[in-house]
Amino acid sequence: MNLNKIFKNAFLVVIFGLVITACATKKSVKTTTETSTTTKAAETQKADPIEKLDALMQGDVYVGSDTVGELASGVPDRVFFATNETILTTASRETLRKQAAWLRQNSDVTVVVEGHADERGTREYNLALGERRANAAKDYLMTYGVSSDRIKVLSYGKERPVDSGSNPLSWSKNRRSVTVKAN
Amino acid sequence: MRNKLLLIFIFCFFIKPGISYSIVEIDITRGNLDPLPISVSPFFADEISKEKIKKDLDIDNLGLEISKVIENNLRKTGLFDTLDKESFLQKPDIAHLKPRFEDWVLIKSQVLITGKVTSKIINEKDYIRIEFKLWDVLGAKMVDGFSLTTVPTNWRRVGHKISDKVYERLTGESGYFDTRIIYVAEEGPKTQRIKKLAIMDQDGFNTKYLTLGNELVLTPRFNPTNQMVTYLSYFRNMPRVYLLNIETGKQEVVGDFPGMTFAPRFSPDGKKIIMSLAKDGNSEIWVRNLETNIQEKLTDHPSIDTSPSYSPDGKYITFNSDRSGYQQIYVMRSDGSKVKRISFGKGIYGTPVWSPRGDLIAFTKLHKGKFFIGVMRTDGTGERLLTENFYQEAPSWSPNGRIIIFYRETKTDDKGQGFSAKLWSIDLTGYNERLVSTETDASDPSWSSLLEN
Repeated sequence: MNLNKIFKNAFLVVIFGLVITACATKKSVKTTTETSTTTKAAETQKADPIEKLDALMQGDVYVGSDTVGELASGVPDRVFFATNETILTTASRETLRKQAAWLRQNSDVTVVVEGHADERGTREYNLALGERRANAAKDYLMTYGVSSDRIKVLSYGKERPVDSGSNPLSWSKNRRSVTVKAN
Repeated sequence: MRNKLLLIFIFCFFIKPGISYSIVEIDITRGNLDPLPISVSPFFADEISKEKIKKDLDIDNLGLEISKVIENNLRKTGLFDTLDKESFLQKPDIAHLKPRFEDWVLIKSQVLITGKVTSKIINEKDYIRIEFKLWDVLGAKMVDGFSLTTVPTNWRRVGHKISDKVYERLTGESGYFDTRIIYVAEEGPKTQRIKKLAIMDQDGFNTKYLTLGNELVLTPRFNPTNQMVTYLSYFRNMPRVYLLNIETGKQEVVGDFPGMTFAPRFSPDGKKIIMSLAKDGNSEIWVRNLETNIQEKLTDHPSIDTSPSYSPDGKYITFNSDRSGYQQIYVMRSDGSKVKRISFGKGIYGTPVWSPRGDLIAFTKLHKGKFFIGVMRTDGTGERLLTENFYQEAPSWSPNGRIIIFYRETKTDDKGQGFSAKLWSIDLTGYNERLVSTETDASDPSWSSLLEN
């Protein structure tokens, strides 16, 4: 278990490093393109998807904004998870605190928290995993003052992906819990 | 809907069963690379019968069609080489009476099947009587056969019953042709799949849709003792385990649980349903007795415990749990005691299903980004991977425990296009992998027991 943690931390450090390098490259690319020829512009385009991937995933948690809707103005509707994980990231907790604040101000609103998994697991296990993720989000909302009777959970397992791709980025968008207004 | 089919089969065996003849036998415990040459002669029908059957079923040559059902069944086992009818030298009626064995030796056939179809009227209703004989060509004698009488619409089932008899006679194993497969029929884009329960004959014919697709349905499983089915439905956005009678179409929720119930399976006696209940982020295994309505929790662990399956004697349950950190396979007594992990190989393991023979557990394994269907002994030893692919899972055993059916999903392209889900089958030997034809995309197959009557 401890070893696992060490690996995980090491992994995060490496990923962090990658993200920083990605940012750095982006900057240098920008400065060169200002004085660039057309061939150089083409090169930047080629490099783009890789940079994008680094910017969109931390570890394998999605951090981009594609597919993210709003529960209310300025309140994102979903949070994302690492493979097989139900742990809420710092960004997820921030999102859920925004949701909780809005729900406290709008006390007549009830919500359904829908938990989802990616397609890389067996159907039944994913149903359980989706339920676990939705409950992780529900518990956090409750910690921030939303009463449990206003929150229903519903697991879809791998049944309702938002992205139909078969690649790590698509899967990261699908590992999610979405807070949906129920009334 | 199907109850029409329950109309009496009248069996009249004119060969005493149980006597052993020296016919060629097939060993199916190994992959068979040298299939047995077999000829299925078109079944003979006289002109009057032909005319009547044509009126009833709109089929010109029912005898030929029945022989094709048998031929198709036998060929797909991979154990038989069904010889081309064009090469047959003898006419169906004479062959059925008494084959000229030299004619069949000449085309290198070792076994011959002949038959006869006659129309009959019983109590002013039309019936067909079908007679079949199994011949040992090299031994120059008849070794088995029977006749049965049924309503004309049952003709494919007669073909399946004959196939079962031939398979049993030549392999020493019970057959699996007069069976059905229930599955989830899928349509529409990957992000908005429409799913319906569907049932078909084992060979892909007679598909019927049992739900309309208004709500998501998953994981149908047959009761091993009758034609009841248990499955998961999202009716009113409340995912719950349901019980469906496929004869009457009547369905009901199983039990009254305070959360999502899923992953249902019947006990071997068909009287209980075992399933998972997910509540407050934790999934446990429960059992509900359908006769007493008593429900009982069997596991008690903060991890995900799901995909339970009984041993055929009902004494044990295998399931998967992530209590070790990742999904692994466990076995416990059916009262929930003596939980023991059995999978220790590399990768994660799920969907354990106990073989109807009791000696093996089929599973799905994910290792290095690939999905495998495999089997292991019930103590976890002797792991054998049968097939590898991008994504496949949900093994279900044929009633004789010789074949595993499962579903496979394709990888989509860069644009997220090209998704499909199909049923596949593979022999326990790891040979004879086959696409199981379905009208639509399909997943979550469950194989019925041999049908009665």
